[in-house]
Amino acid sequence: MYGGGYIFDEPNKRQLKEEQLHDDPVKLAEFEARIARGEKIEPGDWMPSEYRRQLIRLIEQHAHSEIIGALPEGTWITRAPGFKRKLALIAKVQDEIGHGQLLYNAAETLGKSREAMINDLLSGKSKYSNVFNYPAETWADVTVIGFLIDAAAIVNQVANAKGSYGPYCRALERICYEESFHLKQGHDAFIELATGTPAQKQMLQDALNRWWQPIMHFFGPPDKTSVHSEKLMQWKVKMASNDDMRNQFLDQYVPKIRELGMTLPDPELKKDETTGKWRFSDPDWDLFKKVINGGGPCNAERLQVRQWAEEHGRWVRKALMNPGAVKTAPVA
Amino acid sequence: MDQPQYSLDPRVNRLRLLESGEPVEVQEGENWNSFEVFHQEKRGAHHEHVGCVHAPNAQLALVFAKEQFARRKKCVNLWVVRSADILAFNAEDEDMFANNAEKTYRDASGFKVMEKINQFKKSTHDKK
Ligand SMILES: [Fe+2]
Ligand SMILES: [Fe+2]
Repeated sequence: MYGGGYIFDEPNKRQLKEEQLHDDPVKLAEFEARIARGEKIEPGDWMPSEYRRQLIRLIEQHAHSEIIGALPEGTWITRAPGFKRKLALIAKVQDEIGHGQLLYNAAETLGKSREAMINDLLSGKSKYSNVFNYPAETWADVTVIGFLIDAAAIVNQVANAKGSYGPYCRALERICYEESFHLKQGHDAFIELATGTPAQKQMLQDALNRWWQPIMHFFGPPDKTSVHSEKLMQWKVKMASNDDMRNQFLDQYVPKIRELGMTLPDPELKKDETTGKWRFSDPDWDLFKKVINGGGPCNAERLQVRQWAEEHGRWVRKALMNPGAVKTAPVA
Repeated sequence: MDQPQYSLDPRVNRLRLLESGEPVEVQEGENWNSFEVFHQEKRGAHHEHVGCVHAPNAQLALVFAKEQFARRKKCVNLWVVRSADILAFNAEDEDMFANNAEKTYRDASGFKVMEKINQFKKSTHDKK
């Protein structure tokens, strides 16, 4: 999935540190000229320290979102209705974990180890997409995630794939290819419920109502309140503004929801035909901040599950690392 | 904070995950080494670099590479090699290749034989 359009940054890190303001001006000019020409930056290249820091943050949080994002769906594999849906869900969850691996590798090329990223996730220092702090209550939630959360992530990932950092672009190219299957299987499951029995329709409508607020949060706060995105845009780390991506998502997907007779829980949601922009009631950004900082319904559970996996997988990792250590010769 | 004491996931409840709180720290190197992966799409084609995997050894790197890079589309073979064993030029030394395009004497297009043939044909024809 799931490069949440919004990349969390600790507020006190928003000011550039002293040394980050003093990159070699000649090298910085060469670097910026290269990006302006549309060339990619590769791991061995000189890069401003702030570019490196921001990219690690972006790719790392994207990686965590893939791994954590697989949890609410993963728990539904055994309960997915029917054999075909189970197979598709297993395949999708496997893809998402694979996306996490690809992204950890891309982030590692910038100098942060995978272990350090995992530790920062477990300690809560590093964030992941806020939508995964909500539970998947019914099978309809899984279809809403598979269709609309993946769709939102695709809007973001397709934009990021045109960014300036080579390893991230290459990972995203592969990811986007697999996401097209996620979107299609999600849409298919969504349509099945929307065109099904009254009970199925009601279940889907309930799930849509629950997920609409997190979906509106997905791309992050409005541009007018966002800090420090100009430089990131120039460096092609951030490829589109939060508002632009949100608008593109609404433009593509609201019609696909409404054509099936489903409704969205926002009376203000409407496209302004003169400006081409969607209008909607202001999402609750205080709630967003509360959830991202640990106050959502599933924050603790997500991290506990992740922690349990690290703890209980440790002996397997160790045994594989050192296969000779378990061999014993016959004593008699 | 309104964290629930039970989960919708029965496994989480069974393991009593919401009660335990022991922090876990992963040690450097615990997630193994990285291996570069090369994918061959069909017999006779080159193996092409497609990315990398983390693995404790080359044999398992192959297993993980199969899961990660060959679960869809065609593949007939994979190679893996430790990332640390790849030797590459420094990205900064890119300028050593800069005048490759100017070496026309290395290219078929650097030799204009037809012009000379046509000139020759024209001159012998004119003599007649
Ligand atoms: Fe993904
Ligand atoms: Fe996905």
